[in-house]
Amino acid sequence: MIREPQFDTAIFLNNISVRYRIPTEAIQTFKEYMIKLVKREIDHKSFSALKEIDLDVKRGEIFGIIGRNGAGKSTLMKVISRVLIPTDGRVWVKGHVSPLLQLGAGFHPELTGRENIFLNATLLGHSHEEIENKLDEIIEFAEIGSFMEAPLRTYSSGMQSRLGFAVATAWQPDILILDEVLSVGDAAFQKKCIHRMGRFRDSGATVLMVSHSIDQVREICERALWLNKGQIESLGSADDVCSMYLNAMPS
Amino acid sequence: MAVNHTTLKEFMTTIYDSAKRKHPAIEELVSLWKYRDLIYQLVRRDIVARYKRSVLGVAWTMLNPLGTMLIMVVVFSRVFRGTENYAAYVLTGIICWTMFSQSTSMAMNSMVWGSQLIKQIYVPRSSFVVSTIMASMVNFVLSLLPLFLIFAITGVQLKPSALLLPVYMLLLFSFSLGVALLISTLAVFFPDIADLYPVILTAWMYLTPIIMPLEFYREILDGILLYINPFYYIVNLFRILMLEGFVPHFQTWVATAVSSFGVLLIGWIFFCLKADEFAYHI
Repeated sequence: MIREPQFDTAIFLNNISVRYRIPTEAIQTFKEYMIKLVKREIDHKSFSALKEIDLDVKRGEIFGIIGRNGAGKSTLMKVISRVLIPTDGRVWVKGHVSPLLQLGAGFHPELTGRENIFLNATLLGHSHEEIENKLDEIIEFAEIGSFMEAPLRTYSSGMQSRLGFAVATAWQPDILILDEVLSVGDAAFQKKCIHRMGRFRDSGATVLMVSHSIDQVREICERALWLNKGQIESLGSADDVCSMYLNAMPS
Repeated sequence: MAVNHTTLKEFMTTIYDSAKRKHPAIEELVSLWKYRDLIYQLVRRDIVARYKRSVLGVAWTMLNPLGTMLIMVVVFSRVFRGTENYAAYVLTGIICWTMFSQSTSMAMNSMVWGSQLIKQIYVPRSSFVVSTIMASMVNFVLSLLPLFLIFAITGVQLKPSALLLPVYMLLLFSFSLGVALLISTLAVFFPDIADLYPVILTAWMYLTPIIMPLEFYREILDGILLYINPFYYIVNLFRILMLEGFVPHFQTWVATAVSSFGVLLIGWIFFCLKADEFAYHI
């Protein structure tokens, strides 16, 4: 077992555990909390979303993650994208991770399309200069055209999603997280999205694909991980893992 | 290949390793500096978005304290007849208090809004609180214009001591940010703080010489209410610089600076130590 990240490692997880503490009874008020704290009556049930995960993904690898609902797939993605600090263990990630952002989550309805591009892109960690350089490309990709200077509340929901996607994918990430299938806009726009994703993959981005579609994982991924109740059930070639997963499913 | 070289260099340096983290308070500070363009955008959004649909726009920042002052003058000028230039006295108080109470309340609410983002992407967790206080600071500067108007009407002349206003603003900013960080952190863990805080603010306002004259507080328990109240130092310094027009004693500066920077330091460390747990709670 490799204990240190190697030169071609993109993601390295060592003994990762995430435990949520769930109070056994609901404490709603500050007063109640203080009383219980003094009396030492607060007990928590701990719920392990992830248990002692070891994982090593190489640069440029296309890696699938499968498992049932609540198996810890999303928690694992959050740990990798630095949103959640694990309770135990070490995360090591090299390069930019694509955002898990719901498209346009940081948008403000009163600001114009252009203003929202700057707001959203800075939320994703880009500098003002980087955004200036990509502005035309984003506007063109989002197909917003004459609405650029209109407040966002005048946009249709499709336009908002397109703008969100255009900003989120304007920069090539080193690690691309595909959480379920993209369902933005009409068929023509979806095609553009899939094309852009494909280009990222071809230019060497590491791809993490979270999917319920076993066929998709088998087709696209080289290796795969099967998560079950926060633990690694199986890790290996996508073919083997998918077969095991399907066999274990009650039919 | 110059472009490739820089991207490669950037690629090599952006390593996130949870095993090699600095102290949370320092790490958050470094991270906030890296995201300074985000802070600028958030401040801009706060200011632009708030007034975009209203006819008078930014003018409301100036009309609001002026309106409150007029009410206070009409209601209380007979009661507090002894106070010299009550209008200017109450307006200086209201401007400081509005900056503090509004900015801290809004910062707390911005954490609620920001928490939706914090659950999805990494941004410095303090961004929303810091940017809200900064936006309120801009509003504070705008609200100085009606103050100067009232000064002109009531015949108060600005003295050179008013040049120390930037120093004062730094102290006001530090104190507000410190309190905002404290209550925002608490509000993440105990949502009812959001309901409790406005009540605390109301009580705090009446414990501070904002509306009622200073003499009133001096008479209670030898003025002890004033000396244990950190906001008294803040509002007092503002009135000395603007209204009374002299450069205060060294001790006044030290007392104000210690309470402002002290609260900021405590707030910052408390926030940063708890910030990793936010994603588990919201």
